Amino acid sequence: MSGFMDNIDWSEIGQATLDTLSMLGGSMALTVVLGLPLGVILFLTGKGQMLQNRVANGVLSLVINILRSVPFVILLIVMIPLTVALVGTSLGVAGAIPPLVAGAAPFFARLVETALREVDKGVIEASFAMGAKRRQVVLGALLPEAMPGLIAAATVTAIALVSYTAMAGVVGAGGLGDLAIRFGYQRFQTDVMVVTVVLLLVLVQALQMVGDAVVRRVSHR
Amino acid sequence: MITFQDVSKTYAGGGAKDDGRAALSGVDLSVAPGEVFGVIGASGAGKSTLIRLINGLEKPSGGKVVVDGDDVAALGVEGLRSLRRRVGMIFQHFNLLSSKTVAGNVAFPLKLAGKPDAEVKARTAELLARVGLSDFANKYPAQLSGGQKQRVGIARALATGPKVLLCDEATSALDPETTEQILELISNLNRELGLTIVLITHEMDVVRRVCDRVAVLEGGRVVESGPVEQVFLHPASATARRFVTEAEGEPGEGAVVGGRVVRLTFKGEATYKPILGAVARETGVDYSILGGRIHRLRETPYGQLTLSLTGGDVEAAIARFQADGVRVDLVGEVGR
Repeated sequence: MSGFMDNIDWSEIGQATLDTLSMLGGSMALTVVLGLPLGVILFLTGKGQMLQNRVANGVLSLVINILRSVPFVILLIVMIPLTVALVGTSLGVAGAIPPLVAGAAPFFARLVETALREVDKGVIEASFAMGAKRRQVVLGALLPEAMPGLIAAATVTAIALVSYTAMAGVVGAGGLGDLAIRFGYQRFQTDVMVVTVVLLLVLVQALQMVGDAVVRRVSHR
Repeated sequence: MITFQDVSKTYAGGGAKDDGRAALSGVDLSVAPGEVFGVIGASGAGKSTLIRLINGLEKPSGGKVVVDGDDVAALGVEGLRSLRRRVGMIFQHFNLLSSKTVAGNVAFPLKLAGKPDAEVKARTAELLARVGLSDFANKYPAQLSGGQKQRVGIARALATGPKVLLCDEATSALDPETTEQILELISNLNRELGLTIVLITHEMDVVRRVCDRVAVLEGGRVVESGPVEQVFLHPASATARRFVTEAEGEPGEGAVVGGRVVRLTFKGEATYKPILGAVARETGVDYSILGGRIHRLRETPYGQLTLSLTGGDVEAAIARFQADGVRVDLVGEVGR
Protein backbone atom coordinates (compact mmCIF):
# COMPACT_ATOMS: atom_id res chain seq x y z
CA MET A 1 0.00 0.00 0.00
CA SER A 2 1.26 3.40 -0.79
CA GLY A 3 0.65 6.37 1.53
CA PHE A 4 -1.26 9.48 0.54
CA MET A 5 1.77 11.71 -0.12
CA ASP A 6 3.99 9.00 -1.69
CA ASN A 7 3.74 10.38 -5.22
CA ILE A 8 4.92 13.86 -4.25
CA ASP A 9 8.30 14.84 -5.62
CA TRP A 10 8.90 18.11 -3.79
CA SER A 11 11.71 19.26 -6.07
CA GLU A 12 9.41 18.81 -9.04
CA ILE A 13 6.68 20.73 -7.24
CA GLY A 14 9.18 23.46 -6.41
CA GLN A 15 10.28 23.73 -10.04
CA ALA A 16 6.66 23.80 -11.22
CA THR A 17 5.85 26.55 -8.71
CA LEU A 18 8.78 28.60 -9.96
CA ASP A 19 7.66 28.05 -13.55
CA THR A 20 4.15 29.19 -12.71
CA LEU A 21 5.48 32.27 -10.93
CA SER A 22 7.76 33.21 -13.81
CA MET A 23 4.97 32.68 -16.36
CA LEU A 24 2.73 34.82 -14.19
CA GLY A 25 5.34 37.52 -13.63
CA GLY A 26 6.42 37.72 -17.27
CA SER A 27 2.94 37.65 -18.74
CA MET A 28 1.55 40.07 -16.14
CA ALA A 29 4.29 42.62 -16.84
CA LEU A 30 3.67 42.43 -20.58
CA THR A 31 -0.09 42.48 -20.07
CA VAL A 32 0.19 45.77 -18.18
CA VAL A 33 2.64 47.21 -20.70
CA LEU A 34 0.28 46.40 -23.59
CA GLY A 35 -3.11 46.50 -21.90
CA LEU A 36 -2.76 49.80 -20.06
CA PRO A 37 -2.12 51.94 -23.16
CA LEU A 38 -4.80 49.99 -25.04
CA GLY A 39 -7.30 50.67 -22.26
CA VAL A 40 -6.34 54.34 -22.16
CA ILE A 41 -6.76 54.65 -25.94
CA LEU A 42 -10.04 52.77 -25.75
CA PHE A 43 -11.26 55.24 -23.12
CA LEU A 44 -9.93 58.39 -24.80
CA THR A 45 -11.43 57.55 -28.20
CA GLY A 46 -14.81 56.81 -26.62
CA LYS A 47 -17.88 58.97 -26.99
CA GLY A 48 -17.56 62.39 -25.42
CA GLN A 49 -13.90 61.91 -24.53
CA MET A 50 -10.97 64.09 -25.52
CA LEU A 51 -9.85 61.99 -28.53
CA GLN A 52 -13.32 60.88 -29.56
CA ASN A 53 -12.95 58.78 -32.72
CA ARG A 54 -15.68 56.34 -33.62
CA VAL A 55 -13.65 54.39 -36.17
CA ALA A 56 -10.56 53.90 -34.00
CA ASN A 57 -12.70 53.07 -30.99
CA GLY A 58 -14.87 50.64 -32.97
CA VAL A 59 -11.92 48.78 -34.49
CA LEU A 60 -10.04 48.54 -31.20
CA SER A 61 -13.15 47.44 -29.39
CA LEU A 62 -13.83 44.76 -32.01
CA VAL A 63 -10.30 43.36 -31.83
CA ILE A 64 -10.52 43.23 -28.04
CA ASN A 65 -13.89 41.51 -28.17
CA ILE A 66 -12.65 38.92 -30.65
CA LEU A 67 -9.62 38.08 -28.53
CA ARG A 68 -11.77 37.94 -25.42
CA SER A 69 -14.38 35.70 -26.98
CA VAL A 70 -11.89 33.01 -28.06
CA PRO A 71 -11.69 30.41 -25.28
CA PHE A 72 -8.18 30.48 -23.86
CA VAL A 73 -7.50 26.80 -24.59
CA ILE A 74 -8.24 27.46 -28.26
CA LEU A 75 -6.16 30.64 -28.27
CA LEU A 76 -3.23 28.58 -26.93
CA ILE A 77 -3.40 26.22 -29.89
CA VAL A 78 -4.25 28.77 -32.57
CA MET A 79 -1.33 30.93 -31.51
CA ILE A 80 1.33 28.21 -31.70
CA PRO A 81 2.78 29.36 -35.08
CA LEU A 82 2.86 32.98 -33.94
CA THR A 83 4.39 31.98 -30.62
CA VAL A 84 7.14 30.03 -32.40
CA ALA A 85 7.78 33.05 -34.62
CA LEU A 86 7.98 35.36 -31.61
CA VAL A 87 10.01 33.37 -29.08
CA GLY A 88 11.34 30.41 -31.08
CA THR A 89 9.38 27.75 -29.20
CA SER A 90 5.86 26.98 -28.18
CA LEU A 91 6.97 25.03 -25.14
CA GLY A 92 7.99 25.92 -21.62
CA VAL A 93 7.68 29.24 -19.84
CA ALA A 94 8.79 31.26 -22.88
CA GLY A 95 6.29 29.51 -25.13
CA ALA A 96 3.46 30.20 -22.71
CA ILE A 97 3.95 33.91 -22.39
CA PRO A 98 2.70 35.11 -25.83
CA PRO A 99 -0.69 33.32 -25.58
CA LEU A 100 -1.04 34.37 -21.94
CA VAL A 101 -0.51 38.01 -22.87
CA ALA A 102 -2.80 37.71 -25.89
CA GLY A 103 -5.49 36.34 -23.60
CA ALA A 104 -5.03 38.73 -20.69
CA ALA A 105 -4.12 42.06 -22.29
CA PRO A 106 -7.52 42.62 -23.97
CA PHE A 107 -9.23 41.65 -20.72
CA PHE A 108 -7.06 44.07 -18.76
CA ALA A 109 -7.61 46.82 -21.36
CA ARG A 110 -11.36 46.53 -20.88
CA LEU A 111 -11.00 46.75 -17.11
CA VAL A 112 -8.72 49.78 -17.49
CA GLU A 113 -11.34 51.47 -19.65
CA THR A 114 -13.99 50.82 -16.99
CA ALA A 115 -11.72 52.15 -14.22
CA LEU A 116 -11.04 55.34 -16.21
CA ARG A 117 -14.75 55.86 -16.77
CA GLU A 118 -15.18 56.00 -13.01
CA VAL A 119 -13.03 59.12 -12.82
CA ASP A 120 -15.07 62.25 -12.13
CA LYS A 121 -15.41 64.19 -15.40
CA GLY A 122 -15.32 67.41 -13.40
CA VAL A 123 -11.74 66.69 -12.35
CA ILE A 124 -10.73 66.27 -15.99
CA GLU A 125 -12.50 69.50 -16.91
CA ALA A 126 -10.82 71.30 -14.00
CA SER A 127 -7.42 70.07 -15.18
CA PHE A 128 -8.02 71.50 -18.64
CA ALA A 129 -9.27 74.73 -17.06
CA MET A 130 -5.93 74.97 -15.21
CA GLY A 131 -4.09 74.93 -18.52
CA ALA A 132 -3.11 71.26 -18.69
CA LYS A 133 -2.15 69.68 -22.02
CA ARG A 134 -3.92 66.45 -22.92
CA ARG A 135 -0.84 64.42 -22.01
CA GLN A 136 -0.71 66.17 -18.63
CA VAL A 137 -4.39 65.51 -18.04
CA VAL A 138 -3.94 61.80 -18.75
CA LEU A 139 -0.71 61.33 -16.80
CA GLY A 140 -1.26 63.89 -14.05
CA ALA A 141 -4.97 63.59 -13.36
CA LEU A 142 -6.75 60.72 -15.13
CA LEU A 143 -4.37 57.87 -14.25
CA PRO A 144 -3.64 58.95 -10.65
CA GLU A 145 -7.37 59.45 -10.00
CA ALA A 146 -8.11 55.99 -11.42
CA MET A 147 -5.24 54.34 -9.53
CA PRO A 148 -7.33 52.36 -7.01
CA GLY A 149 -9.48 51.03 -9.87
CA LEU A 150 -6.41 50.25 -11.96
CA ILE A 151 -4.78 48.28 -9.13
CA ALA A 152 -8.01 46.35 -8.61
CA ALA A 153 -8.12 45.65 -12.35
CA ALA A 154 -4.53 44.39 -12.25
CA THR A 155 -5.38 42.11 -9.32
CA VAL A 156 -8.34 40.57 -11.15
CA THR A 157 -6.17 40.14 -14.26
CA ALA A 158 -3.32 38.51 -12.33
CA ILE A 159 -5.76 36.02 -10.83
CA ALA A 160 -7.22 35.26 -14.25
CA LEU A 161 -3.64 34.70 -15.43
CA VAL A 162 -3.08 32.12 -12.70
CA SER A 163 -5.85 29.96 -14.14
CA TYR A 164 -4.60 30.66 -17.67
CA THR A 165 -1.12 29.40 -16.68
CA ALA A 166 -2.73 26.22 -15.43
CA MET A 167 -4.47 25.78 -18.78
CA ALA A 168 -1.23 26.50 -20.60
CA GLY A 169 -0.05 23.21 -19.11
CA VAL A 170 -2.15 21.50 -21.79
CA VAL A 171 0.25 22.60 -24.53
CA GLY A 172 3.38 21.80 -22.56
CA ALA A 173 4.00 25.05 -20.78
CA GLY A 174 5.12 23.48 -17.53
CA GLY A 175 4.16 24.84 -14.14
CA LEU A 176 1.67 23.69 -11.54
CA GLY A 177 -1.18 23.22 -14.01
CA ASP A 178 0.98 20.96 -16.16
CA LEU A 179 1.87 18.90 -13.10
CA ALA A 180 -1.76 18.60 -12.10
CA ILE A 181 -2.74 17.38 -15.56
CA ARG A 182 0.14 14.99 -16.15
CA PHE A 183 0.33 13.40 -12.71
CA GLY A 184 -2.85 14.28 -10.92
CA TYR A 185 -5.22 13.60 -13.80
CA GLN A 186 -3.52 11.28 -16.30
CA ARG A 187 -1.81 9.10 -13.66
CA PHE A 188 -4.55 9.31 -11.07
CA GLN A 189 -2.14 10.67 -8.47
CA THR A 190 -4.72 12.48 -6.40
CA ASP A 191 -2.15 13.70 -3.89
CA VAL A 192 -0.28 15.61 -6.61
CA MET A 193 -3.57 17.12 -7.73
CA VAL A 194 -4.39 18.22 -4.19
CA VAL A 195 -0.99 19.79 -3.56
CA THR A 196 -0.97 21.72 -6.83
CA VAL A 197 -4.51 22.96 -6.33
CA VAL A 198 -3.69 24.07 -2.79
CA LEU A 199 -0.60 25.91 -4.05
CA LEU A 200 -2.64 27.65 -6.76
CA LEU A 201 -5.24 28.58 -4.17
CA VAL A 202 -2.58 30.07 -1.90
CA LEU A 203 -1.20 32.00 -4.86
CA VAL A 204 -4.62 33.41 -5.76
CA GLN A 205 -5.33 34.29 -2.16
CA ALA A 206 -1.96 36.03 -1.79
CA LEU A 207 -2.50 38.03 -4.97
CA GLN A 208 -5.92 39.18 -3.82
CA MET A 209 -4.64 40.20 -0.40
CA VAL A 210 -1.69 42.14 -1.80
CA GLY A 211 -3.96 43.77 -4.39
CA ASP A 212 -6.50 44.83 -1.77
CA ALA A 213 -3.77 46.20 0.49
CA VAL A 214 -2.32 48.29 -2.33
CA VAL A 215 -5.78 49.59 -3.27
CA ARG A 216 -6.31 50.70 0.32
CA ARG A 217 -2.96 52.46 0.30
CA VAL A 218 -3.53 54.42 -2.91
CA SER A 219 -7.17 55.23 -2.27
CA HIS A 220 -7.90 58.58 -0.63
CA ARG A 221 -11.58 58.84 -1.43
CA MET B 1 -11.76 92.43 -19.66
CA ILE B 2 -14.37 90.09 -21.13
CA THR B 3 -16.74 90.80 -24.01
CA PHE B 4 -19.34 88.64 -25.69
CA GLN B 5 -20.40 89.82 -29.14
CA ASP B 6 -23.57 88.23 -30.48
CA VAL B 7 -22.45 84.86 -29.13
CA SER B 8 -24.45 81.75 -29.85
CA LYS B 9 -23.83 78.14 -29.01
CA THR B 10 -25.68 75.21 -30.49
CA TYR B 11 -24.84 71.68 -29.49
CA ALA B 12 -24.35 69.60 -32.60
CA GLY B 13 -26.43 66.79 -31.20
CA GLY B 14 -25.78 63.16 -31.94
CA GLY B 15 -27.20 62.39 -28.55
CA ALA B 16 -30.98 62.41 -28.46
CA LYS B 17 -30.87 64.86 -25.57
CA ASP B 18 -29.00 67.72 -27.22
CA ASP B 19 -30.23 67.51 -30.80
CA GLY B 20 -29.59 70.90 -32.31
CA ARG B 21 -30.55 72.65 -29.10
CA ALA B 22 -29.42 76.26 -28.86
CA ALA B 23 -27.79 76.73 -25.47
CA LEU B 24 -27.11 80.40 -26.07
CA SER B 25 -28.28 82.84 -28.70
CA GLY B 26 -27.36 86.44 -29.41
CA VAL B 27 -25.56 87.05 -26.15
CA ASP B 28 -23.86 90.43 -25.76
CA LEU B 29 -22.04 91.11 -22.53
CA SER B 30 -19.12 93.08 -21.31
CA VAL B 31 -17.34 92.69 -18.02
CA ALA B 32 -15.06 95.50 -16.86
CA PRO B 33 -11.71 94.85 -15.14
CA GLY B 34 -12.05 94.52 -11.38
CA GLU B 35 -15.78 93.98 -11.54
CA VAL B 36 -17.83 91.22 -9.95
CA PHE B 37 -20.26 90.17 -12.64
CA GLY B 38 -23.09 87.80 -11.90
CA VAL B 39 -25.03 85.66 -14.34
CA ILE B 40 -28.26 84.33 -12.92
CA GLY B 41 -30.57 81.84 -14.53
CA ALA B 42 -32.52 78.68 -13.89
CA SER B 43 -30.91 75.34 -14.69
CA GLY B 44 -30.80 74.86 -18.44
CA ALA B 45 -30.74 78.62 -19.10
CA GLY B 46 -27.23 78.36 -20.55
CA LYS B 47 -25.18 79.61 -17.59
CA SER B 48 -22.69 76.73 -17.62
CA THR B 49 -22.15 77.11 -21.34
CA LEU B 50 -21.67 80.85 -20.98
CA ILE B 51 -18.99 80.59 -18.31
CA ARG B 52 -17.17 77.81 -20.21
CA LEU B 53 -16.93 79.99 -23.30
CA ILE B 54 -14.77 82.39 -21.31
CA ASN B 55 -11.90 79.93 -20.78
CA GLY B 56 -12.43 78.00 -23.99
CA LEU B 57 -13.81 74.80 -22.43
CA GLU B 58 -16.60 75.37 -24.96
CA LYS B 59 -16.32 76.95 -28.40
CA PRO B 60 -18.95 79.40 -29.63
CA SER B 61 -21.00 78.38 -32.68
CA GLY B 62 -21.30 82.03 -33.65
CA GLY B 63 -20.11 85.44 -32.49
CA LYS B 64 -16.96 86.27 -30.63
CA VAL B 65 -15.71 85.99 -27.07
CA VAL B 66 -12.77 88.24 -26.22
CA VAL B 67 -10.98 87.73 -22.90
CA ASP B 68 -8.04 89.87 -21.79
CA GLY B 69 -7.47 90.92 -25.40
CA ASP B 70 -7.61 87.41 -26.88
CA ASP B 71 -10.30 86.10 -29.21
CA VAL B 72 -10.80 82.80 -27.40
CA ALA B 73 -11.98 80.80 -30.42
CA ALA B 74 -8.98 81.89 -32.47
CA LEU B 75 -6.39 80.75 -29.91
CA GLY B 76 -4.18 77.76 -30.63
CA VAL B 77 -3.33 75.12 -28.05
CA GLU B 78 -0.55 77.17 -26.46
CA GLY B 79 -2.56 80.40 -26.58
CA LEU B 80 -5.43 78.69 -24.85
CA ARG B 81 -3.15 77.28 -22.14
CA SER B 82 -1.73 80.75 -21.57
CA LEU B 83 -5.25 82.19 -21.34
CA ARG B 84 -6.26 79.52 -18.85
CA ARG B 85 -3.35 80.48 -16.61
CA ARG B 86 -4.78 84.00 -16.60
CA VAL B 87 -8.34 82.80 -15.92
CA GLY B 88 -8.89 80.69 -12.79
CA MET B 89 -12.01 78.63 -12.28
CA ILE B 90 -13.82 77.12 -9.30
CA PHE B 91 -16.66 74.63 -9.41
CA GLN B 92 -19.85 73.65 -7.64
CA HIS B 93 -18.46 70.22 -6.77
CA PHE B 94 -14.92 71.57 -6.23
CA ASN B 95 -13.37 69.04 -8.66
CA LEU B 96 -10.30 68.47 -6.52
CA LEU B 97 -7.99 65.58 -7.30
CA SER B 98 -8.77 62.98 -4.66
CA SER B 99 -5.39 61.32 -5.24
CA LYS B 100 -3.44 64.45 -4.29
CA THR B 101 -3.10 66.22 -0.96
CA VAL B 102 -4.39 69.75 -0.40
CA ALA B 103 -0.90 71.08 -1.14
CA GLY B 104 -0.67 68.76 -4.16
CA ASN B 105 -3.91 70.15 -5.55
CA VAL B 106 -2.81 73.75 -5.13
CA ALA B 107 0.60 72.95 -6.63
CA PHE B 108 -0.93 71.13 -9.63
CA PRO B 109 -1.50 74.16 -11.92
CA LEU B 110 1.99 75.43 -11.09
CA LYS B 111 3.52 72.10 -12.02
CA LEU B 112 1.46 72.06 -15.21
CA ALA B 113 2.97 75.44 -16.02
CA GLY B 114 6.44 73.97 -15.48
CA LYS B 115 7.43 76.13 -12.49
CA PRO B 116 10.56 75.10 -10.57
CA ASP B 117 10.00 73.11 -7.37
CA ALA B 118 11.17 75.83 -4.98
CA GLU B 119 8.75 78.33 -6.49
CA VAL B 120 5.90 75.80 -6.42
CA LYS B 121 6.52 75.13 -2.74
CA ALA B 122 6.70 78.77 -1.72
CA ARG B 123 3.66 79.77 -3.76
CA THR B 124 1.60 76.83 -2.45
CA ALA B 125 2.35 77.79 1.15
CA GLU B 126 1.42 81.39 0.44
CA LEU B 127 -1.88 80.42 -1.20
CA LEU B 128 -2.84 78.04 1.60
CA ALA B 129 -2.18 80.80 4.12
CA ARG B 130 -4.38 83.16 2.13
CA VAL B 131 -7.37 80.79 2.28
CA GLY B 132 -6.66 79.84 5.90
CA LEU B 133 -5.72 76.19 5.28
CA SER B 134 -2.03 76.12 6.14
CA ASP B 135 -2.61 73.37 8.70
CA PHE B 136 -4.34 71.17 6.15
CA ALA B 137 -1.54 71.01 3.57
CA ASN B 138 -0.99 67.26 3.96
CA LYS B 139 -4.61 66.20 4.26
CA TYR B 140 -6.56 64.68 1.40
CA PRO B 141 -9.73 66.32 0.02
CA ALA B 142 -11.87 63.49 1.42
CA GLN B 143 -10.87 64.60 4.91
CA LEU B 144 -12.18 68.15 4.44
CA SER B 145 -15.58 69.82 4.80
CA GLY B 146 -17.32 71.34 1.79
CA GLY B 147 -16.24 74.86 2.70
CA GLN B 148 -12.64 73.77 3.14
CA LYS B 149 -12.74 71.96 -0.20
CA GLN B 150 -13.92 75.12 -1.91
CA ARG B 151 -11.11 77.07 -0.24
CA VAL B 152 -8.66 74.58 -1.73
CA GLY B 153 -10.43 75.10 -5.07
CA ILE B 154 -9.98 78.85 -4.73
CA ALA B 155 -6.31 78.55 -3.75
CA ARG B 156 -5.76 76.27 -6.73
CA ALA B 157 -7.55 78.67 -9.08
CA LEU B 158 -5.35 81.53 -7.85
CA ALA B 159 -2.10 79.60 -8.15
CA THR B 160 -1.06 80.96 -11.53
CA GLY B 161 -1.93 84.54 -10.55
CA PRO B 162 -4.98 84.96 -12.79
CA LYS B 163 -6.67 88.26 -13.59
CA VAL B 164 -10.09 86.64 -13.84
CA LEU B 165 -11.83 84.15 -11.56
CA LEU B 166 -14.76 82.14 -12.92
CA CYS B 167 -17.14 80.77 -10.30
CA ASP B 168 -19.37 77.98 -11.58
CA GLU B 169 -22.15 77.72 -8.98
CA ALA B 170 -19.34 77.84 -6.44
CA THR B 171 -21.60 77.99 -3.39
CA SER B 172 -24.54 75.89 -4.57
CA ALA B 173 -23.34 72.77 -2.77
CA LEU B 174 -22.65 74.59 0.51
CA ASP B 175 -24.79 75.37 3.55
CA PRO B 176 -25.82 79.01 4.15
CA GLU B 177 -23.14 79.76 6.72
CA THR B 178 -20.33 78.31 4.59
CA THR B 179 -21.77 80.08 1.55
CA GLU B 180 -21.42 83.34 3.42
CA GLN B 181 -17.77 82.65 4.26
CA ILE B 182 -16.91 81.68 0.71
CA LEU B 183 -18.68 84.73 -0.72
CA GLU B 184 -16.77 86.91 1.71
CA LEU B 185 -13.52 85.33 0.60
CA ILE B 186 -14.44 85.95 -3.03
CA SER B 187 -15.31 89.58 -2.26
CA ASN B 188 -11.98 90.05 -0.48
CA LEU B 189 -10.07 88.62 -3.42
CA ASN B 190 -11.88 91.01 -5.70
CA ARG B 191 -10.92 93.96 -3.50
CA GLU B 192 -7.40 92.98 -2.52
CA LEU B 193 -6.16 91.51 -5.80
CA GLY B 194 -8.32 93.55 -8.15
CA LEU B 195 -9.54 90.24 -9.54
CA THR B 196 -12.28 90.36 -12.14
CA ILE B 197 -14.92 87.83 -11.14
CA VAL B 198 -17.64 86.19 -13.20
CA LEU B 199 -19.98 84.04 -11.20
CA ILE B 200 -22.97 82.06 -12.31
CA THR B 201 -25.68 81.09 -9.90
CA HIS B 202 -29.36 80.38 -9.58
CA GLU B 203 -29.56 82.22 -6.26
CA MET B 204 -30.39 85.93 -6.25
CA ASP B 205 -29.01 86.11 -2.74
CA VAL B 206 -25.50 85.33 -4.02
CA VAL B 207 -25.83 88.09 -6.61
CA ARG B 208 -27.08 90.55 -3.99
CA ARG B 209 -24.17 89.88 -1.66
CA VAL B 210 -21.21 90.11 -4.00
CA CYS B 211 -22.02 91.31 -7.51
CA ASP B 212 -21.64 94.77 -9.02
CA ARG B 213 -23.60 93.96 -12.14
CA VAL B 214 -25.78 91.08 -13.17
CA ALA B 215 -27.17 89.55 -16.33
CA VAL B 216 -30.36 87.52 -16.20
CA LEU B 217 -30.34 84.51 -18.52
CA GLU B 218 -33.47 82.77 -19.75
CA GLY B 219 -33.61 80.17 -22.50
CA GLY B 220 -30.11 81.06 -23.71
CA ARG B 221 -30.79 84.78 -23.99
CA VAL B 222 -29.89 87.71 -21.77
CA VAL B 223 -33.31 89.09 -20.84
CA GLU B 224 -32.05 91.80 -18.53
CA SER B 225 -28.75 93.17 -17.34
CA GLY B 226 -27.51 96.10 -15.33
CA PRO B 227 -26.22 97.17 -11.94
CA VAL B 228 -27.37 94.77 -9.23
CA GLU B 229 -29.36 97.42 -7.36
CA GLN B 230 -31.32 98.26 -10.48
CA VAL B 231 -32.10 94.66 -11.39
CA PHE B 232 -32.72 93.73 -7.80
CA LEU B 233 -34.89 96.65 -6.74
CA HIS B 234 -36.63 97.33 -10.02
CA PRO B 235 -36.58 94.14 -12.04
CA ALA B 236 -37.91 94.78 -15.53
CA SER B 237 -38.23 91.20 -16.79
CA ALA B 238 -40.52 88.50 -15.51
CA THR B 239 -37.51 86.23 -14.99
CA ALA B 240 -35.66 88.76 -12.86
CA ARG B 241 -38.81 89.44 -10.85
CA ARG B 242 -39.16 85.74 -10.20
CA PHE B 243 -35.60 85.46 -8.91
CA VAL B 244 -36.04 88.49 -6.67
CA THR B 245 -39.32 87.13 -5.33
CA GLU B 246 -37.71 83.76 -4.69
CA ALA B 247 -35.02 85.44 -2.64
CA GLU B 248 -37.16 88.00 -0.86
CA GLY B 249 -40.81 87.10 -1.06
CA GLU B 250 -43.28 89.45 -2.75
CA PRO B 251 -43.86 92.56 -0.64
CA GLY B 252 -47.53 93.08 0.02
CA GLU B 253 -48.51 89.91 -1.72
CA GLY B 254 -52.16 89.05 -1.40
CA ALA B 255 -53.14 92.14 0.61
CA VAL B 256 -56.64 93.42 -0.01
CA VAL B 257 -56.77 97.09 0.85
CA GLY B 258 -58.08 100.40 -0.32
CA GLY B 259 -56.19 103.52 -1.29
CA ARG B 260 -53.15 104.12 -3.39
CA VAL B 261 -50.62 101.30 -3.22
CA VAL B 262 -47.05 102.47 -3.64
CA ARG B 263 -43.66 100.87 -3.29
CA LEU B 264 -40.98 102.99 -1.68
CA THR B 265 -37.33 102.20 -2.24
CA PHE B 266 -34.80 103.61 0.19
CA LYS B 267 -31.10 103.41 -0.42
CA GLY B 268 -28.04 104.23 1.64
CA GLU B 269 -28.61 106.78 4.42
CA ALA B 270 -32.30 107.22 3.65
CA THR B 271 -32.88 103.62 4.73
CA TYR B 272 -32.61 104.53 8.38
CA LYS B 273 -34.35 107.96 8.33
CA PRO B 274 -37.63 108.27 10.28
CA ILE B 275 -39.28 109.57 7.17
CA LEU B 276 -42.60 107.74 7.22
CA GLY B 277 -43.99 109.45 10.34
CA ALA B 278 -42.82 112.86 9.21
CA VAL B 279 -44.56 112.58 5.85
CA ALA B 280 -47.77 111.32 7.46
CA ARG B 281 -47.86 114.24 9.89
CA GLU B 282 -47.11 116.85 7.23
CA THR B 283 -49.57 115.66 4.59
CA GLY B 284 -52.29 114.08 6.70
CA VAL B 285 -51.92 110.79 4.83
CA ASP B 286 -52.60 107.54 6.61
CA TYR B 287 -50.55 104.53 5.68
CA SER B 288 -50.75 100.86 6.25
CA ILE B 289 -47.67 98.75 5.63
CA LEU B 290 -48.38 95.82 3.31
CA GLY B 291 -44.89 94.46 3.14
CA GLY B 292 -41.28 95.41 3.48
CA ARG B 293 -37.67 94.37 3.65
CA ILE B 294 -34.40 95.87 4.72
CA HIS B 295 -31.18 94.37 3.45
CA ARG B 296 -27.79 95.12 2.05
CA LEU B 297 -26.64 95.11 -1.54
CA ARG B 298 -22.94 94.45 -1.03
CA GLU B 299 -22.15 97.39 1.33
CA THR B 300 -25.20 99.53 0.60
CA PRO B 301 -28.19 99.23 2.90
CA TYR B 302 -31.55 99.48 1.22
CA GLY B 303 -35.16 99.11 2.18
CA GLN B 304 -38.28 98.52 0.23
CA LEU B 305 -41.74 99.14 1.66
CA THR B 306 -45.10 98.58 0.08
CA LEU B 307 -47.70 100.93 1.54
CA SER B 308 -51.29 101.75 0.95
CA LEU B 309 -51.88 105.49 1.32
CA THR B 310 -55.31 106.82 2.26
CA GLY B 311 -56.75 110.23 3.19
CA GLY B 312 -54.91 113.54 3.20
CA ASP B 313 -52.89 114.78 0.25
CA VAL B 314 -51.50 111.60 -1.36
CA GLU B 315 -49.80 113.50 -4.21
CA ALA B 316 -48.01 115.77 -1.76
CA ALA B 317 -46.90 112.76 0.25
CA ILE B 318 -45.43 111.15 -2.85
CA ALA B 319 -43.65 114.38 -3.77
CA ARG B 320 -42.31 114.64 -0.21
CA PHE B 321 -40.90 111.09 -0.35
CA GLN B 322 -39.25 111.81 -3.66
CA ALA B 323 -37.77 115.02 -2.33
CA ASP B 324 -36.09 112.95 0.36
CA GLY B 325 -34.43 110.70 -2.20
CA VAL B 326 -36.90 107.87 -1.90
CA ARG B 327 -37.98 106.26 -5.10
CA VAL B 328 -41.75 105.83 -5.38
CA ASP B 329 -43.36 103.32 -7.72
CA LEU B 330 -47.08 103.18 -8.11
CA VAL B 331 -48.07 99.57 -7.69
CA GLY B 332 -51.82 100.00 -8.04
CA GLU B 333 -54.88 101.88 -7.04
CA VAL B 334 -57.59 100.07 -5.26
CA GLY B 335 -60.88 101.89 -5.57
CA ARG B 336 -63.29 101.69 -2.75
